[in-house]
Amino acid sequence: MGGRLSLAQRRKLLPYLLVAPGVAWLVVFYLIPALNQVYVSLEDGNIEAGYSFQWNWSTYGDAVSNYSEQFVRSLGYAGVATLLAFVIAFPLAYFIAFKAGRFKNFLLLLIVLPFFTSYLVRTIAWQTILKDDGFVVNAFQTLGLVSEGGRLLATRTAVIAGITYNFLPFMALPLYVSLEKIDKRLIEAATDLYASRGTAFRKVTLPLALPGIFAGSLLTFIPAVGDFINAQLLGTSRQYMIGNVIQSKFLVVTDYPIAAALSFLLMAVLLVAILIYARALGTRTLVESAA
Amino acid sequence: MSAVAEPRPASGAGIRTEHGTGARAWAWLRERLLALWAVLAIVYLFIPIFVVVAFSFNDNKGRFNLTWNGFTLRHWEHPFRVAGLGPAMRNSLEIAAISTVIAVALGTLIALALVRYRFRGKAPLDLFIFLPLATPEVVLGASLLALFLTVNVATGFATIVIAHVMFNVSYVVVTVRARLEGMDLHIEEAAQDLGANEWTTFWKVTFPMILPGVAAAGLLAFALSIDDFVITNFNAGQTVTFPLFIYGAARQGVPAEVNVLASAILFIVVILMVLNVLVQRGRARRAFGRAAPAPAPATS
Repeated sequence: MGGRLSLAQRRKLLPYLLVAPGVAWLVVFYLIPALNQVYVSLEDGNIEAGYSFQWNWSTYGDAVSNYSEQFVRSLGYAGVATLLAFVIAFPLAYFIAFKAGRFKNFLLLLIVLPFFTSYLVRTIAWQTILKDDGFVVNAFQTLGLVSEGGRLLATRTAVIAGITYNFLPFMALPLYVSLEKIDKRLIEAATDLYASRGTAFRKVTLPLALPGIFAGSLLTFIPAVGDFINAQLLGTSRQYMIGNVIQSKFLVVTDYPIAAALSFLLMAVLLVAILIYARALGTRTLVESAA
Repeated sequence: MSAVAEPRPASGAGIRTEHGTGARAWAWLRERLLALWAVLAIVYLFIPIFVVVAFSFNDNKGRFNLTWNGFTLRHWEHPFRVAGLGPAMRNSLEIAAISTVIAVALGTLIALALVRYRFRGKAPLDLFIFLPLATPEVVLGASLLALFLTVNVATGFATIVIAHVMFNVSYVVVTVRARLEGMDLHIEEAAQDLGANEWTTFWKVTFPMILPGVAAAGLLAFALSIDDFVITNFNAGQTVTFPLFIYGAARQGVPAEVNVLASAILFIVVILMVLNVLVQRGRARRAFGRAAPAPAPATS
């Protein structure tokens, strides 16, 4: 193709040729479906008679009024799970980055290894662990953490614990990467200049770890909001999240317009949330580095 | 793992500002607490794995495999005896292999363009590549199914491959790109200055350099594909993959043979990791053997 083109022209064209196949794939199978959802969500009808395009905006009203509970619950569960994952993963990542010495790579492998077992198998294993009259429930009952005759499985606690578990590496690994990058001399310099260890941590370590906190919390929160496996396997319909609704509307009830509307709303809410979050964390880093 | 005590200058710096034995005892305790927390977190990660492996040896009675009932090897002897498990696993492997090859090719090209060239539309492209990563799986799966329904495409093996390539391309771009960014551009320029054309430069210089990144991206894509349930569930039609088989079985009790396969995959990964470490050690030994007689792996 390039026989007649000059080298400079070829150079200019080459990046577009490189990105073209992949971008085409994403346009056809990601972007168009995303937009097509809006089209489907505005259709009216039912599965027997077929659906036709009607500018039926009322679907969005129904979606919000009927399923705001599941929306709020999804955001709540995902938020709590992200926070828990951070609380569990930060000391772990800190330990591996600063204290683990020659066990560093070994510990990183241990974090990744469990996730080579299937997601569903892992979650079903939690079912076995938390089951009624199992060891864990009995131990919790003895300690008074669960009431006599109370359960762990089929509760909100189980669902949130499952989500926390399943997305923990997505939190731990980015945290580790950003902590590992920190130049230890900066922390030493802070303590040499009479900052207490706590102050050095707050003013040096934490701000420098912000990119990892940002990436880790997004990588945990996004899949957590859309998750429906944990709610289905470890909870009941009272713990169902928006993912459960979308899945059942699409595959069981086959009410496509409402499913598409919910799915589009979920995507829109998340994108806005991500933008706000990026803005908030970004500006804070700027302010802190300027101060 | 108990060897966490480390006399480093950092702790010396701590003593300089914090006086008294109380502070020193607190510092000592804090280090231990941190190590304990790390150990507990890793134990937490392994609790269900332990259960999965243990219950692959469970001599369970009836359909359910939820209560420990004694040790047996019978599930390990014929893991594919369960109807449908073998074909499901084969589908998963084939889909993972095909979609990985396509996703790695498409993603690597994009990563090359993003790192190597400046061109109009690069910033929006960056954002566009990021978007699928910021979209929950349930949305990716549902919207793709809606498209297939709209244009009347029957879902099945091919649509699963299409879906897997779609969600893997962005992961490949991110992974390969991370590798490319740390690399010296001048080597390529040198090759071209010495008369190699772009094609030769790519295969003789660029490709060998990015190969570790491409391999890492391939492994990631393969792992994501073989374990994907949500997107596959939407676009599978009548095709059953390993995760879909497990999901279908979950309602009537998952057969212990699923635990066998899950454990087997885990063991294979562990063996590969150990081999990888041994090979790298051997290589390091050969490389530094002459210079340093006791080649402990360099402390990173």
